[in-house]
This record gives sequence, structure tokens and C-alpha cells, in this order.
Amino acid sequence: MEGEPLSSPAARAWGASRAARASRYARLLKTQLRASVLLGLQYRADFVLDAAVSIFWTGAAILPLVIVFQSRAAVAGWTFGEALMVTGWFTFLEGVLEGGINPSIADVVDHVRKGTLDFVLLKPADAQFLVSTTRFEPWRAANVLTSGVIFGWAFHLLGRVPSPGAVGTATLAMLAGVAVLYSLKTLAVSAAFYFVRVDNLTHLFDSVFDAARWPASIFRGVVRFVFTFVIPLALMTTYPAQALLGALPTTTLLGAIAGAALALALSRVVWNRAIAHYTSAGG
Amino acid sequence: MSLRNTVRAFPTLLRVGFADAVAYRAEMLIWVLATTMPLVMLALWSTVAREAPVGRYGEAQFTAYFLATFVVRQITGSWVFYDINFAVRDGTLAMRLLRPVHPLWAYAAEALAAMPMRLAVSLPVAIVAWFVVGSRAMTHDPVLWAVWIASIAGAWLMTLLVNLIIGCAAFFLESSLKVMDAWLVAFFVFSGYLIPIDLFPPRLRAVVEWLPFRFQIGFPVEVVTGAHDRAAALALLGSQWAWVATGLGATALMWRGGLRRFAAYGG
Repeated sequence: MEGEPLSSPAARAWGASRAARASRYARLLKTQLRASVLLGLQYRADFVLDAAVSIFWTGAAILPLVIVFQSRAAVAGWTFGEALMVTGWFTFLEGVLEGGINPSIADVVDHVRKGTLDFVLLKPADAQFLVSTTRFEPWRAANVLTSGVIFGWAFHLLGRVPSPGAVGTATLAMLAGVAVLYSLKTLAVSAAFYFVRVDNLTHLFDSVFDAARWPASIFRGVVRFVFTFVIPLALMTTYPAQALLGALPTTTLLGAIAGAALALALSRVVWNRAIAHYTSAGG
Repeated sequence: MSLRNTVRAFPTLLRVGFADAVAYRAEMLIWVLATTMPLVMLALWSTVAREAPVGRYGEAQFTAYFLATFVVRQITGSWVFYDINFAVRDGTLAMRLLRPVHPLWAYAAEALAAMPMRLAVSLPVAIVAWFVVGSRAMTHDPVLWAVWIASIAGAWLMTLLVNLIIGCAAFFLESSLKVMDAWLVAFFVFSGYLIPIDLFPPRLRAVVEWLPFRFQIGFPVEVVTGAHDRAAALALLGSQWAWVATGLGATALMWRGGLRRFAAYGG
């Protein structure tokens, strides 16, 4: 930071312990969040429209599920209530994506195209952290609330409540899922440094992600392999659903967490390489 | 903007549109790859059908249905509403208005000119479908194939007209992108894109058969997969073209009403 004495809190934090650094980033996150919320309060009409469309879409997208299960009690080992759980997690992740991940991704693409990423890179904080936290749009995350309704409906159909242990495991599995989702999006945006226009790429990702609406076991062969290991849709929605049902093997959970850590590390490496490749534009 | 001018300019407009489609072929390929929904639904429904057939659908019928859905969507797809929204907002529509060809005809020409590219990407899928399930789950009646071609033309026109109508709504709403979002949701669910119409619960099905969506995707797919006999197919074709006529009327009204409100910014 220009003109700041070396003894200032921010400057000292650079050399200070890990804990001090973490607290500095926590404060930074709080500031960024507050700025996002203030910005978002300007567009309240948009919120209502967005929320209406996404609730409508979530409801409509459940219709195939209802029709599939009209003719039989279970498909590929999933009953209606259980499959609904997967849809619930899908809806939840859609909310996270819309409200927490996509807006900042769109910003990075803009920055790269206009060359304004320079201003982010100049700031005395980690660039990936900064770009991932500049824009949260919590009001676009209506789907997170909708997913609560779906979970309620599913457990009502199953006639039981989840055990605290299951909720804990499901939370862990969900965090792994969010981490993978974030990593994949970071990989996609890293492509922006090489190709400039990636809106098509993100569109492609969204349409593949849509398959996560269904339990992974309905897919077979190559598609199943891809959806488990390459674009791990199973990890994002099926595992958390199994966890909520108390049916996720511990080894699978550990595998999911390891996979998520690996994905985060990989996206970090690729992001750093992409940044190194960045040459600014015009400016 | 006489008819003679339009007719004379049309071949050139088509050539320009075709060059445009060729120039952006990489983007188009990504859009094609992004049309995964019929394939995901195919995976889902064939898992269901492997245990026992659903209605008249076994695995082969579902394969035929969803591959046909993919092809019909590729051929009839249109995103003209997006261009119109843009042209209205940044004022470039003013330039299109200055040309001696009606802008709506120009948009139609652009959409039509993308057809060779669209056919090129759908043909491989169509051929695969024919060889894999053609003998079991597709019609062999030449009359029904003729009806199919007419129904594809109708579905293409309907999709174009919906795009033009929603595009014209931008005159009144500044941006009609959200309107299209809402339309697309209804379209995905009620057109037969995700679920064949005849699997809907009877009461819902009765409603869906009165809505336009089904004629954009479901109807051509049903014809080619042999769901209707000749008489029923022809009757449905009549309803489809009645929707096309309605769409033409609505487009004309929207355009005339909207243009009066148009103020070209910047330009």
C-alpha cells in the first residue's frame, strides 16, 4: 500500500504469524461482503424477478422426477424421497453458484478483457482470494432457501428426520462439493487468460452441471466414470444426499474430501500459471 | 420497404448470414455440445425402461425419442431475441430501419442462413439414430416423413416467431431477457423436451396439448417416432400451422406497437 508506514498493521501482518494473516483475510472478507450487500441493495426489483424465475424453474424441473416415479417405486435403487434429496442438494449448489461463485467469475472475465485486472494484482493481498470474494450476490441465492423446502418435503415422504451425525457428514460432503465446484469454475476462468472469451465455456459447464440433478447411479459406463472422476457431479450432489440418508460409506467421504483438496490444489496451480501468462490489455 | 426489394435482397442476406455462421463455427460447436439435456434425459429414461417399459416406451423407443429431440432442437433453435434486445438497447436497430429491407425479414434471413451449419451438426446424430434404432422405433411411412418435414418447418417458424415476439417486447420493457428465461422454463417442461408428452398425467396432458410448446419439439419427434397414424399427424399439423398463423399476427402487432415507442439512443 503506497505511503503506508512499515509499522502499519497491514504491513506487519505480512511477516507475522499465520494466525495474524488469517485474521487479516477474515477482516478483508467481511469488508468485501459488506460492499457486495450495499451494492446489491440497489437492484431489489432484479432480486424479485430472479427469485421468481429460479423458484419456477426448480419446481418445473421436479416434474420429470414426479413422472418417472409415478410408474414405479424405485429407479436404480433410489426411491422418490431419496432422489428428491439429490435434487435438494442440486438446488442448494445452484444457489451457491448463482450467489457466490458466478458473479466473481464474470468479473474476472471482464477484468481480463479490459485489462483492469492490473488493479487487482497490484493490491497487497492474494489475487485469487480478492477476485473470488469481490462479488457475492446473496439475494440471487433464492435457491438455497428453496432447497430447504425440498429437503423438508423429502424427509416428510421418508417419514423420518436425519440424525445429527448424518447432518454432520452431509455438511462435510457438501463442503467438499462446493470446493470442487469452485475449483472447476476457477479452472474455467483460468482459460480466460488464454482465450479471452469464455462465456461459452461457462455455458457448457452449466449445461453439464445440470446432470447433477439426478442420482449418479442412473448413469452407466463412460458417462458414469466421467461424472464420478472427471467432472465429479456424484461428489457434488449424490454423496451429500447419501450422507443425509446415513448411507455414505466413510471411505467414500474421505475419498471425496481428498478429491476436493486435490481439485483445490490443482485449480490453485493452474490459476497461478494463468496469472503469469497475463499480459494486460491496452491499459 | 417494398416486397420486390426484399425478394431481391434475400439471396444476399442469406449469403451474409451463412458467412456469419461459418465465421463463428467454433462458438456454434460449443453451443451444440452444450445441448446435453436430451442426452441426460435419455440416460435417465433408459435406466427406468431397462427395468420395465414405461407406457409405449422401451429402451429403443426412448433412444429414438431423445436423439430425435436433439436433432429437432438443433435444427429449429434460434436466438434472434438476443440480437433484437441488443439492437434495441444500444440503438443499432436504427441502422437496420434505414435499410430498404424490413428488419424482421433480415432477422429471418439470418436465422435461415444458419440452417446448413445446423443440418451439418445434426446429420451425424440422425444417421446414428437411424442405424441403431431406426428399424424398431422410427416410422417407415413416406407420408409421415413428408409430414415430418412440414412439421419441422412449422416448428422452426414457431421458434423464430416466439423469438421475434419476445425480442419486440424489449421495446416495452427495455430488456426482455428475463421474459425469455421464463418462456424457456415452460418450453423445456411442456414441449416434450424432457418428458414425452404422452407420459404426462392425463389431466396435465390435456392442458399441455392446448399449449403451443408441444408443437415446437414434441410434435415433430412424435411423428418421426411413429406415435401418430396419418390422420392424427395431419390433424396435428393443422393445429401447428394455426399456431404459426397466430404467431405471425402477434409478431406484426408487437412490431408495430413497439416501433412507435422506439427511440434510438446513441446509434
